[in-house]
Parts: sequence; structure tokens; C-alpha cells
Amino acid sequence: MNSTQAIPTPVAGAAPRPQPGLITSIGRTIRRHPIGALGAAIVIFVILMAIFAPQVATHDPAAQEAKRLLPPSTDHFMGTDELGRDVFSRVVFAARTSLYVGMLSVSLAIVLGVTAGVLAGYIGGRFDSVMVGFMDILFAFPTLVLAIVITGLLGPSLTNAMLAIGVVYSPTFARVARSAVLTVKNEAYIEAARVVGGQQRHIILRHVLPNIMAPLIVLATLSLSLAILAEAGLSFLGLGTQPPDAAWGLMLSQGRKFMELSPGLAIFPGLAIMVTVLAFNFLGDGLRDALDPRLRE
Amino acid sequence: MNRYLIRRLLLLLPTLVGMSFLIFAMVRLLPGDIVDALVGMDPTITEEQKFELRASFGLNDPWPVQYIKWVGGIFQGDLGLSFRSREPIADHLVRALPITIQLALFSILLSLVVAVPLGILSAVRQNGPVDLWARVAGLIGLSMPSFWLATLFLLFTSLVFRWTPSVIWVSPLEDLPRNLLQMLLPALALSVQLMAVEMRMVRSSLLEVLRQDYIRTARAKGLNERIILLRHGLKNAFIPVITIIGIQLGALMGGSIIIEQIFGLPGIGWTMIQAIFNRDYPVVQAASLFLAVIFVVINLLVDLTYAFLDPRIKYS
Repeated sequence: MNSTQAIPTPVAGAAPRPQPGLITSIGRTIRRHPIGALGAAIVIFVILMAIFAPQVATHDPAAQEAKRLLPPSTDHFMGTDELGRDVFSRVVFAARTSLYVGMLSVSLAIVLGVTAGVLAGYIGGRFDSVMVGFMDILFAFPTLVLAIVITGLLGPSLTNAMLAIGVVYSPTFARVARSAVLTVKNEAYIEAARVVGGQQRHIILRHVLPNIMAPLIVLATLSLSLAILAEAGLSFLGLGTQPPDAAWGLMLSQGRKFMELSPGLAIFPGLAIMVTVLAFNFLGDGLRDALDPRLRE
Repeated sequence: MNRYLIRRLLLLLPTLVGMSFLIFAMVRLLPGDIVDALVGMDPTITEEQKFELRASFGLNDPWPVQYIKWVGGIFQGDLGLSFRSREPIADHLVRALPITIQLALFSILLSLVVAVPLGILSAVRQNGPVDLWARVAGLIGLSMPSFWLATLFLLFTSLVFRWTPSVIWVSPLEDLPRNLLQMLLPALALSVQLMAVEMRMVRSSLLEVLRQDYIRTARAKGLNERIILLRHGLKNAFIPVITIIGIQLGALMGGSIIIEQIFGLPGIGWTMIQAIFNRDYPVVQAASLFLAVIFVVINLLVDLTYAFLDPRIKYS
């Protein structure tokens, strides 16, 4: 892939770089796309906040230890909720829920979608038509409506919300994977692999998949923001995360009843959703410019 | 054109059949049975009564028969009875539909009123301060969940004006000003995301069009810049904007389910959520199919509109 690039000029003390193309392009992104870099920085910040939630949080997110509906103060940065729980600590812990659901549901969408798309594109023929037809039908549904119906039918829970989000976003991955495979399929190197007697499975895994990674990474990043929004919406409706667990959407819907008394309850969880989603959107846009010029608007 | 129309209509058929089958299958694949869910563990209800109940809902028929009966019923305007209210579901939906449609149209209108001028301004003053701020605002608008915006609006009006919208829906035929006042906040909350998308689209598509030869020709023959922009530029730039509205309609429907819930507007989305929590499966089945069909049909209409707006697009 990188064979056509300039021969690396030896730099004193520079460590050998296994993938100069990728690393240079990331370095270039930061300089050329400050917004993408800003997105990456916020995403890393949110991820660290989620991982180190117990250290970051100032209180036990479930403990009803303080007075109810306290305004923000130095002890409770974002005040307390209707049960006397520390809002800041709950917002921090809820980052775990959002990222967990976001990542797992997008992974599910990737596994379902990419498998279907790659197989359809590679095998072709009738199998392809059937898969495309099925994906088109899933695609024809408004995504959040379908996610609400699936979660509603399976029963409100975080796991079901995750499943539903994963299923409704899989057709997009299938489409991208399929069209990428169709482009790659007739390239000389795939043909060469087939000529030397490579097995189907081997060809798909070793030669086809790595070459369609770029569009998939971009799509996955942008899908994460959609998945986080969808989880927030489902939890807001009472179909996702169940109390007493903390999730931004759930905190908003519960805090709404007391927001005149304590406006922070309606503001902070929403702000957290917005900043996280915005960061993934920034990052996705940046990655698109850096990795896959074809997808640029 | 006519041949294209016919082909698109024919292609619609398998999609609709597929969708109805998928929804039907999802409801049937549920763990447990609808009647069990309905009467629960009530010990006073005997197995015989349960059998009767199942029979009254047609649940004792084999699945294919149930499906055919359901789809056959749809064509006669019969969507079955609600488990809870025992009323025909069609009546429910017919009552709810105008509310959802009004909400959707109102928010599309609001979004266009803001997005089109801003998008034009952005494109004309490309890379200027207005353009920069409009683009940043657009990205932020894209990342704001509509239900959070709705919550903030309610918080604001309640704290500043001591005003909360009525909890009972007022029909526009009954009292138009009150209806519009009631629909304003929900429509505004839904419109922000649309605004952001449309604005980006108006901007990029107008920038593209303004680089075309016919714009240069128009300038060369000394036309007023305003006329060039509005008649030659915007008219041609509008086609992708219409597409994006069609695509966004799906998001709008998802959003309106939540917004209807927040504002207590008894539209299709509200009906569906009530049915989900009441385990009223026939209503869920009908309402979700309804929303899906509206989405598919409107996107078909959007596709067909292109051909009328842009004679360069030919379908064969």
C-alpha cells in the first residue's frame, strides 16, 4: 500500500515506523484539520472520564446522601437531584453507559453489516440480490422508529436498546462494505490471490477486508455519535437504561419534572450528550478528510 | 417519465410487503404470547377463557393466515382492534395522523425559514465571519438532541414567562391561534436539526451552482446580482435540499415520537409509545407500519419531484 510513497529519509534517532503512511497522515490531520483534532481530544477526554469515573466522581453516584435539589456548589459541582444524589458524579458515571452502549451497538452493527455486505458483494448472484433486498427493507424504516419498536417489543432494558441500535444501523455498514468489495473485487491483487489458489475465506479476510477499512472507520466514528444520540433518546423514553443506573437521557427525563426548582437537572446531562456527540462528529469529519478523500462532501 | 413512475411504483410493492412482513414477524417473535402479557398471571382467568381471548384476536390461526388476514384487512381500511380500548385501530390512527403531519410540516417550514437565508448568506460570503459562525452553529445544531432542546425551551418559557403549553391538544380547526402557540415549541425543537442539515446543504449546493457557466453568462449579460442569485442560483441549488429533507424525514419521525411524548401531543408517535407501554401489540404493529409507509411514500415523492425541478435528470 505504501510502496509508492517516498523512501523514508533517515532521521537521526528516529525509531523505525512500521506504518509511515498512517502515522504521517494522522500528524497531517492535526495540522490541517484542527477541528478533527479537537474532536479527537474531547473523545479521548470523555473516554478517560468514563474509565476513571470512580476517581473523577466526587461522590457515590447512587448514594442519596445530600439534601434534595441543591444548587451547584463547591461540594456538588452540578447540585443534587430529586433524590439527593450528586449530579456531577452521575453525569461522569453516565459517560460509561453512553460509551458502552455506543461502542457495543456500533460493533454489533459492524459485525452484522460488514459480514452481510462483504459476503453479498463477494459471492454476488442471487445471494447478493436477497441480501440487498433485505437490507433495503431495513433501510426503508426510519431508524429511531425501528429502534423504538424493537426495544419496545423486546422489553425496556439497556441490552435490548443496544441490540436495537446495532440492528438498525447495520444496513449502512452493509452498503458501504458491499460497494467497497465490489470495487476491490476486480483489482489485480485480488485476482492474483485467486490465481495462486488462495482460499475464499483467506482472500476475504486478508486481502479484501484490509482494503475497505478506511471508509468503515469513518462510518463507525460517525455512527458512534448517532448511536449515543439514539441511546439517549431511548433512555429518555424509558426504553433504555433503567433507574437507578445513570444515563444522560434518563437523567434528563427524570430531572425534567423538577427543572423549575433546579434548572441544572435539565441542563447538565444534555450538555454532556451534546459535547460528546459533537466531538464524535468533529472526529468523523476529520477522519473522513484524512483517510478517505472519496467520501468528502 | 411515465414509465419511470410505473417502475418506481412497482418497486414500492416488494418494499412495502417486506416491511409489513418484518413488523409482523417482530411482533410474533416476542417471548411469550400477547394474551399472557395482557392478562398476566391473573389466576381468575382460566385456560379456556384465554383460548377464547386468543380466538377473538385471531391468534389461534397459523401465522401465514394471520398475516394474510392482517394485510387483507389493511386494504379494506381495517387494522384490527386495540387490545386495550377495543376500538378500531384505524380510528386511533386517523385521529392521530393530522397532529403528526401538522408537527412535521410546521417544523419543516420553520427550518426552511431560517436555513435558506442563512445558507445563502453563508455561500455568498464564503469564508467570511457570517459563514464561519453559521457553520459552527450548524454543527452544534446537529449534535443537540431535540428532546433536550424541547426541555430547555420549556424551562425557559416557564422560568421567564411563567408559561407552560396546554396539556390538552387544541385542533387548528377549533382555535387556530391557540393551536399554533401550542405547536410552536415542539415544532421549533424538531426543526433545529433539520435547520442545520438544510443550511449546510443550501450552502454547499449554492456554492456549486454559482460556479456554473450559466451564472457567468447571466452576469456577463448584466443581470442584477439579486436576480442571478434567486432565479438562477437558488432555483437550481434547491434540488439537493429537497432530497435531504426527504432523507431527514426519517429522523424527524423518530424525533417527533419523543417530542409528542414531552408535549403530550396525541400523534402517531405518542399513540405508539402508549401502545408499547400498554403492550397493545396490534396498535404497535399498525402504528409502526404506518410511519414506515409514510416515510417510504414521501421519499418516492421526493425522487419524483427532482424530475420536475431539474429537466436535466432523465429517468428511463
